[in-house]
Amino acid sequence: MREQLREVLAPFKGERGAVIPILQKAQDELGYLPEEAIKEIARFLRTSESELYGIATFYAQFRFTSPGEHALKVCLGTACHVRGGARILDTVERELEVEPGETTSDYKFSLERVACFGCCALAPVIVVDKTVYSKMTPSKVTQVLDSYR
Amino acid sequence: MMDIAKLTIDGKEVEVERGATVLDAAAKADIYIPTLCYHPDLTPFGACRLCLVEIENMRGFPPSCTTPATDGMVVRTSTEQLQGLRQGIMQFILTEHPHPCLTCHRLEHCKPFDICLRHVAVTERCVLCPKNERCELQQVARYLKLSEITLPYESRELPIERGDPFFDRDYNLCILCGRCVRICQEVRGLGVIAFTFRGHQALPGTAFGRSLKDSDCHFCGACVDVCPTGALIERAGRWYTLPEREVVTTCPYCGVGCQLKLEIKDERIIRVIPQRDNSPNWGQACVKGKFGLDFVHSPERLTSPLIKENGQFREATWDEAMDIVTGKLSQYQRGTEFAAISSAKGTNEENYLVQKLARAVMGTNHIDHCARL
Amino acid sequence: MTFAEIRERAVAEWEVMERSGKPRILVGAATCGRSAGALDVLQTINAELAKRNLDATVIQVGCIGLCYIEPIVEIAKPDRPRIFYSGVNADIAVQLIEDYLVNDNPRPDLALGALGEGSLDGVPQLFDLPMLQPQVRVTLRNCGFIDPEDTNHYVVRGGYSGLARALQMTPEQVIEEMKKSGLRGRGGAGFPTGTKWEFCHRAVGTPKYLICNADEGDPGAFMDRSVLEGDPHAVLEGMLIAAYAIGASEGYIYCRAEYPLALERLDIALRQMKELGLLGDNILGSDFSFHIKVKEGAGAFVCGEETALMASIEGKRGMPRPRPPFPAQSGLWGKPTNINNVETLANVSAILERGGDWYAGYGTEKSKGTKTFALAGKVTRTGLIEVPMGIPLRQIIYDIGGGIVGDKAFKAVQTGGPSGGCLATDLLDISVDYESLTAAGSIMGSGGMIVLDEESCVVDVARYFLDFTQKESCGKCVPCRVGTKQMLDILTRITRGQGQPGDMDLLLSLGQTVNQGSLCALGGTAPNPVLTTIRYFRHEYEAHINQKRCPALVCLDLITFYILPDKCQACMICQRSCPVDAIKGGKKLIHVIDQSKCVKCATCYEVCPERFSAIVKVSGETIEVPEEPIPLGAEE
Repeated sequence: MREQLREVLAPFKGERGAVIPILQKAQDELGYLPEEAIKEIARFLRTSESELYGIATFYAQFRFTSPGEHALKVCLGTACHVRGGARILDTVERELEVEPGETTSDYKFSLERVACFGCCALAPVIVVDKTVYSKMTPSKVTQVLDSYR
Repeated sequence: MMDIAKLTIDGKEVEVERGATVLDAAAKADIYIPTLCYHPDLTPFGACRLCLVEIENMRGFPPSCTTPATDGMVVRTSTEQLQGLRQGIMQFILTEHPHPCLTCHRLEHCKPFDICLRHVAVTERCVLCPKNERCELQQVARYLKLSEITLPYESRELPIERGDPFFDRDYNLCILCGRCVRICQEVRGLGVIAFTFRGHQALPGTAFGRSLKDSDCHFCGACVDVCPTGALIERAGRWYTLPEREVVTTCPYCGVGCQLKLEIKDERIIRVIPQRDNSPNWGQACVKGKFGLDFVHSPERLTSPLIKENGQFREATWDEAMDIVTGKLSQYQRGTEFAAISSAKGTNEENYLVQKLARAVMGTNHIDHCARL
Repeated sequence: MTFAEIRERAVAEWEVMERSGKPRILVGAATCGRSAGALDVLQTINAELAKRNLDATVIQVGCIGLCYIEPIVEIAKPDRPRIFYSGVNADIAVQLIEDYLVNDNPRPDLALGALGEGSLDGVPQLFDLPMLQPQVRVTLRNCGFIDPEDTNHYVVRGGYSGLARALQMTPEQVIEEMKKSGLRGRGGAGFPTGTKWEFCHRAVGTPKYLICNADEGDPGAFMDRSVLEGDPHAVLEGMLIAAYAIGASEGYIYCRAEYPLALERLDIALRQMKELGLLGDNILGSDFSFHIKVKEGAGAFVCGEETALMASIEGKRGMPRPRPPFPAQSGLWGKPTNINNVETLANVSAILERGGDWYAGYGTEKSKGTKTFALAGKVTRTGLIEVPMGIPLRQIIYDIGGGIVGDKAFKAVQTGGPSGGCLATDLLDISVDYESLTAAGSIMGSGGMIVLDEESCVVDVARYFLDFTQKESCGKCVPCRVGTKQMLDILTRITRGQGQPGDMDLLLSLGQTVNQGSLCALGGTAPNPVLTTIRYFRHEYEAHINQKRCPALVCLDLITFYILPDKCQACMICQRSCPVDAIKGGKKLIHVIDQSKCVKCATCYEVCPERFSAIVKVSGETIEVPEEPIPLGAEE
């Protein structure tokens, strides 16, 4: 991991305000931000681990546990909400037996709730990895999930 | 720009230097504005929202702790609307902190350390908090005369962090004023405690919730000293409540000479608070000064010189002891039979004299120092 | 290169393309188009062209705003009007190539509209379509019509002439021009842009920073995304003009990470600008130098707030700080900083190109110009629109939006996202401008406009927004951190049928404390969705609190599904599709819902064949049905 991080960190040497881009790149590289990564990055930035952790936990983007194979995001933007986004999330939670922010025990899916992808006209939507599934209903959700299992 | 700003606060005219805030100006005019996140040693934060005031020609309710005092400003600090707003905000704060004692209708009948037999659940009583009567929340709640809280208190139900030496952290009592975070970062330059997470989950903490021991904490205790509530509390002497008297003294540990205020009860030091308004330490101390003075009560402590005769120590006077030492020094050969080790507890001047004695009188350069104390 | 040279080159290249006689196929492939399948269509078109050995220029363009009928494909053949096709899929794409490209049959049956000289029988002019006719497109002037990855396209349509003009003027004159235009901040607060620039222009300190706020966080708003994806140079030119006016030498674009395509387009645009000498030192040969960096957000709504945004760029927690000092005096890294939103900057480039007076010709006395809105929710034609300020709300919803889906009754429109409010039917004739919307208890906001119909519960919508702000609160100041949570708890209680008399008064009083006491605008405006819904829909709250009834049949704890025994034909469709096996029944057995198991997902309600319509959804009433399945016909 140290090797991987060294490559991530090198281009940021001496750059001001690079904390968030570094965390983003590190997460891209490692999939999440494990304790050792926070330690290494804090050392590189000459900041305390607590402060770095405080910054990382402020932003919804950063994860501290290993993600699942597929990133499943349920949109709960306003348009999706008024068109039934909540029951889509309910269905996903029930099917996968996880809550938003968690990963299924078989590491197949990580579930996240997202406030708006800007696909409001196609509401409600879910996004698996990079594919948008539009105009969802509970039964369509089950089909989508099955196609990844 | 002018270096003096003249402003009117609640009808009183007051002059302050440029750079002062409205809160500073009010203090100068002897006008109390309630605060919780404000601390004179820290950059203003503007988070507790209790110091909101009304200023003519300014929109809304600016916080006095962050608003610079400017010439001609007209400020009102305790209108009915402001007090109402503060009560509303205080009510919010108290939904995150146990509070029935603060709003109890029997408050007037209840003496500060009375044990309550009714009304308030044991776990939520102020009297069972080590910060009782030293708590700033109590002061502000009393000032605002809160009588009833319509919103439910919801405990965070977090375990008390007792795994570290010297002090405990009970984040169930935290009001997120951020003083601990700021003092650790701004004054101590460490950032061992930082705000983590956000919104309702936000709390001061360490990376991955580790103990302070595992987070590079130096245990200077500055965070404990600035905490307005019982969230951060010295473990020793926690149940001693208020001191009977205070003694300002110089820290005995090293030559820096930090000024410490000792809180004393039953002739014991129950707490050490670094003096805020003195050099050299301006409110700060190190782990030794803050948490290491309990040795004065040790029964094993030497309180007079001891002279060993026939394998036995006996108490002696300083004069007798010094006579023996000076008498014996001349028996040793200059330069070869003498070495000096001095103490970090001595002042610079004292240490200077020790080396002078060693070099000039005893003719040796064998001098060391116990800076590893 | 001078601007004249850039323009000359762009026009020359454009003319080469025009004269080549090659047909052009433009595919609307912004994020919204892509989620409707635009990339499939694009792939099919390319494959089909290759297969048939046809020569045509295929371009990915941004979104023209007709999101409800995407993907949209435009085909331009020489000497023909450009024809737009909507709802194109792979199948239709193949037909269009076969019929129009090969056989010259423009397929009026599939066409949406035509643009340019000449007409086509049975195909209306694009801008005569009811959704487009009332629109005035300034911000969106190029979206969907140009290749966002080709600077020449932008330049040919007048791009960068505003910058060229500004560079001939003094910064003070540019600021004067902005004041003349009357442009106000489009991010939501509506502060006059020219005045804002002037503060920063006059501030002492170097360097000065210019930040483009592209952290479009309001759920249900996607104006900025569309502009960045469809016409990034309009924004970047605006940044250059603003930077010149205030004297900034460094700029940042703070864009949310949820917009990968916008980030990609910005990256390409910035590269091209550097190549053309539109970015860097001595821009267009002048003394003006400016550098831009892109910062990706990391998922925090509050970072749309100016001081939080700057904290985030500096690499801190995105927590707002009190003002003063204002960013114009002490902003990013303590230096004078000016922050404008994407849409504002896209307007700036148009204003400098065409003049402040021209822009001020649109709109009302105090709200000049045009405003984009993301029209969504229960409206027929959802999409991205741009209208002159002062247009009646009704015209947006009924003429442009085509009214409510499925002929349901209009209930409310939510503007301004989590900081805004819900406006009821009697406000439909309100003029859409800053002052009128504020007076009605809502705000203009960044431009989200969500239409609610009779099947939307306003209490649920208020709860939804509070849930959002509560989750997005930074946690720094007490009123926002605690107040939003307390208000959310009360609303949740109400939607669960546990409301108490007095809850509404309590919400109003807490809302006032949060509004007056909060540090930043996120907290200050957070109560708006609750306050406006109580103001306009008191009866709906009362139904929830007093009768434990949700009139819109939305709040799950207050609704019940029943299978009517006299209508059920025991077809077992609902039983098979119930995800939690809550339906008892069988062949020739009338089905019964086990209420203890039912999760109210409404699947049964939706699958029950229309000719039976045996399943009903009710609130506040109980319907007597058998407890166990009974044989079909036993009912009579």
